Amino acid sequence: MSQASYPADLLYHPEHDWARIAEEDPEHATLGITWYAQDQLGEVVFFEAPAVGATLTKDEPYTEVESVKAVSDVVAPLSGEIVEVNQAATENPGTINEDPYGEGWLVKVRLSDPAERETLLDAASYKATLAG
Amino acid sequence: MQREAARTIFQKGAPGRRAFVCPDMDVPALDVSELLPERFRRAQPPRLPEVSEPEIVRHYVGISKRNFDLDSGFYPLGSCTMKHNPRLHERVAALPGHARLHPLQDPERAQGALELMWNLQQALSEISGLPHVSLQPSAGSHGELAGVLLTRAYHEQRGEGGRVPNKVLTPDTAHGTNPATVTMAGFEVVKVATNADGGVDIDDLRAKADADVACLMLTNPNTLGLFDPNISEIAEIVHGVGATLYYDGANLNAVMGLSRPGDMGFDIVHFNLHKSFTQPHGGGGPGSGPIAVSERIAPFLPVPVVGRDEEGAFALEYERGRSIGRLRGFHGNYGCFVRSYAYICSLGGDGLKDASETAVLNANYLLARLKEHGVAEYLTLPYGELCMHEFVLSGGPMKRALEIKTLDLAKRLLDFGFHPPTVYFPLLVDEALMVEPTETETKETLDAFAAAIAAILREAAEDPEIARGAPYSTPVRRLDEVAAAKNPVLREALA
Amino acid sequence: MLATIGVGSLQEIFDRQIPEAVRLGRELELPDGLPEQDVYEHLRALASRNTSTEDELSFLGAGMYDHYVPALIDMLMERSEFLTPYTPYQPEISQGGLQVMFEYQTAISELTALPVSNASVYEGPSAVAAAGYLAKLHNGGKRFVVSAGLHPHTIETLRTNAHGYGMEVLEVPLLAGASGGVTDPDAWAEAIDGETSAAIFAQPNFYGAVEDAAALSAAAKASANPVVVAQVDPITLGVLAAPGECGVDVAVGEGQPLGNRLDFGGPSFGFFAAREEYMRRMPGRIAGETIDVDGRRGFVLTLQTREQHIRREKATSNICTSQALNALAGVVYLTWLGRRGIVELGELLLARTHYARERLAAIPGVEKLHEQPVIREFALRIDADVAAVRRRCAPQGVNPGVDVQALSGRPEDRGVLLVAITERRSRADIDRLVDVLGAAVAAETEASVPA
Repeated sequence: MSQASYPADLLYHPEHDWARIAEEDPEHATLGITWYAQDQLGEVVFFEAPAVGATLTKDEPYTEVESVKAVSDVVAPLSGEIVEVNQAATENPGTINEDPYGEGWLVKVRLSDPAERETLLDAASYKATLAG
Repeated sequence: MQREAARTIFQKGAPGRRAFVCPDMDVPALDVSELLPERFRRAQPPRLPEVSEPEIVRHYVGISKRNFDLDSGFYPLGSCTMKHNPRLHERVAALPGHARLHPLQDPERAQGALELMWNLQQALSEISGLPHVSLQPSAGSHGELAGVLLTRAYHEQRGEGGRVPNKVLTPDTAHGTNPATVTMAGFEVVKVATNADGGVDIDDLRAKADADVACLMLTNPNTLGLFDPNISEIAEIVHGVGATLYYDGANLNAVMGLSRPGDMGFDIVHFNLHKSFTQPHGGGGPGSGPIAVSERIAPFLPVPVVGRDEEGAFALEYERGRSIGRLRGFHGNYGCFVRSYAYICSLGGDGLKDASETAVLNANYLLARLKEHGVAEYLTLPYGELCMHEFVLSGGPMKRALEIKTLDLAKRLLDFGFHPPTVYFPLLVDEALMVEPTETETKETLDAFAAAIAAILREAAEDPEIARGAPYSTPVRRLDEVAAAKNPVLREALA
Repeated sequence: MLATIGVGSLQEIFDRQIPEAVRLGRELELPDGLPEQDVYEHLRALASRNTSTEDELSFLGAGMYDHYVPALIDMLMERSEFLTPYTPYQPEISQGGLQVMFEYQTAISELTALPVSNASVYEGPSAVAAAGYLAKLHNGGKRFVVSAGLHPHTIETLRTNAHGYGMEVLEVPLLAGASGGVTDPDAWAEAIDGETSAAIFAQPNFYGAVEDAAALSAAAKASANPVVVAQVDPITLGVLAAPGECGVDVAVGEGQPLGNRLDFGGPSFGFFAAREEYMRRMPGRIAGETIDVDGRRGFVLTLQTREQHIRREKATSNICTSQALNALAGVVYLTWLGRRGIVELGELLLARTHYARERLAAIPGVEKLHEQPVIREFALRIDADVAAVRRRCAPQGVNPGVDVQALSGRPEDRGVLLVAITERRSRADIDRLVDVLGAAVAAETEASVPA
């Protein structure tokens, strides 16, 4: 994805991660890294998905994404338990660059504390942190 | 010839060819199965090549010609100190008395070697201004590991079994080995900011230096090539909280005979014999990373250390009650000691100082040439005015104005017959270019390099595509590093 | 030049940058510099006070061995193109060095029968410590279980490193008695549990015995899942089963026997090979194959994100400079030996080692320390003071081997001599050793009998 993009329907963490929580299913969230993160990394060459059942703690790293330039921690925007991982992204890590909010999602979690979503930023506020 | 497709030695040869002729089986030839149970034996031999000696020579001589090297041209890699490797050193290192000496030979019959090590210890002590030396670590980063482990031992002893401070401070300009070493030694890395002049931000240091800090790791001059004018104050702050001050010796070439880390207040210093002391880089080693320490750190030095008794006989000392132990087998890279010692003998104190002065002169001259019109607008100096033995320029303006990056400039320099400077380090500088000419280079070479840079910039102003597609004249052109990381192929596949 | 810089003198450059308080202000107290020929004479004089393997018949081993290094290796290592370049950060002009690394990795992979090798680490013992660090990053266990058959320097190095990153080291003894000399299989199995990060043994072990590597690996994985690490002697791998065939996960070792000089203990290189799953946790540099923009085959340093200079505090090691030139000697040596040579050499060592051990054990007052198969080195127990016996051999120009207790410091190693055989030690040399050692033991025994 060559143009910067920060969909309005997502919630953002200052460490460049996003969460999508569907209105009809507030107990679950899909997580990934933002356009800014994948742009900084360069082409992603390796992503090893964490295990289903693993626990995420908000603000703590839960996995890594590797490019030729760098290895980056991926920080959990919310706490919970992993219920699904994106196998396709491990097989074709370039998806994370091409479609970071769609096909490039990383994990789906069952939230342990849905109220944590209040601490996350909306698209405008997140974009403001990048401008600094 | 250079552009031929690469073929490894595994793709050459033919069944039955050989180079090695085995000495005769002059003892009773028993069946192998009588000497070694079958289940311990290898069923199929390793699939090593089957080639003759001429094939081996032609192959390796051939691929050597696909290497740029220091004997062939200018190699201004910042913080690497690519200075001339005198060939005398190869001659003396090859003397059988040095080269064919077993490490476990009895000390009485290795006095020449032990005396050499002792003399080297003394010389490094004088150069660093710290009294006690261990030659054991195998490279700079190994010396760093030793330094951080020594720090741990020092704090353990101070705290008498209580809590050991768990943080190590490193500046954000630090060499990549520093944070990696810190983690390996069980500490946490905390970054200290750099101020607008390129030195350690004293306020940030004060804020972060507390009882939880075990050590501050620095190099001086730093990776920006700048001597920190506040070094004495930094030492005071660090010692004030009971922490150790560690000196990364990568930039020692700037200060030999001019200023000594021990006098600056450092407790532990590592040397890179493959930098300031001319051990050849070998394409990535071997190196050697001896350390020098202050009196209070001395009890913890790794063993063995070379000592001398009252009669003047030398020996390896293993009994040091509070030593951290050993970091490797035997006593270190003696072959590197021989070469470095020969270098120090050749130059003497005067010569070492001369080397540093010339290194600094050359760097400042090259910097001045690159400040000239046609270059200065694109490659700016973010910190300082003068420099020590190296300097860092930013290619940020070049990227914006000419649409070529530091990477492209570096690749185009290859076509001009120069090895590029270090690129994208330190991380603090945008599109960084780190240049260290060393004292080896003549004014003519420096002028030619400056001219090449200017030419590439002029060319980019007309057509940036040229640099972006460089290099053109090398055995291979730009390589796909992404593919290599995505689908690593790390060995030849064999049938 | 000063005018271009814009200063009045060289001194000004320093006065403006180095605070007065830290200026040395005097000459370095070192001897004056010397012309090349004087330096040569000085270094030669120092060399003459060392007794090298050229000056005596040496059976010293214990980690480094007096093998024959063919002349073509000296020639290649002195070539400017291999001797003087830096680490290959600009691959376009470093294809020579990168291809050597790639070939070296291939050779080590073949030798160990493990798919992934790096481009070298410093040497043997620190390679084992690096394997321990890999295991810790991989499974975060609490301790390393190590066989007492590892070289004492390896165990010490591991302890020093492990203390830093907070792992325990638990030693498992060797068996004593009739089936002695190898790792106690019951103690080994019992020591390994869910908290074991790595299980580490040597092959052959420090006392020269060939271990049952497959059994040790299997036992380690029977009820737990540690990383199984073996420190192996590369020169034996034409004859001994390869670690990859014995269930070993990570094989490391001292590379000196492969084309490198003794050099009083260094520099040499350490090799490091592992199963595919550990690829991204390997320490040090790795070369990988790729193509350039024109489709030409080429090589680059790859997986660099594991290395200290990108990943920094998350690096798999802190290795920057490793041992590229020594690894070059290693791969050229393996190429020179070739597929048949490494087997022939191994079989020669096996036969001569056996011969030497049988003949020496027949000397009164000398016996085998153990009855295990040996391949290039073996331990004897001497019924006399080992140091004194060795001193009696020296004037005969014979160095019979290593005084083990002096190296290990273990009380149970009293009286133990470690004898190493290389292809340079002919049958005649071994016969001479038997004569000299026999006479020395006899003389020492007689001298220590009270009058």
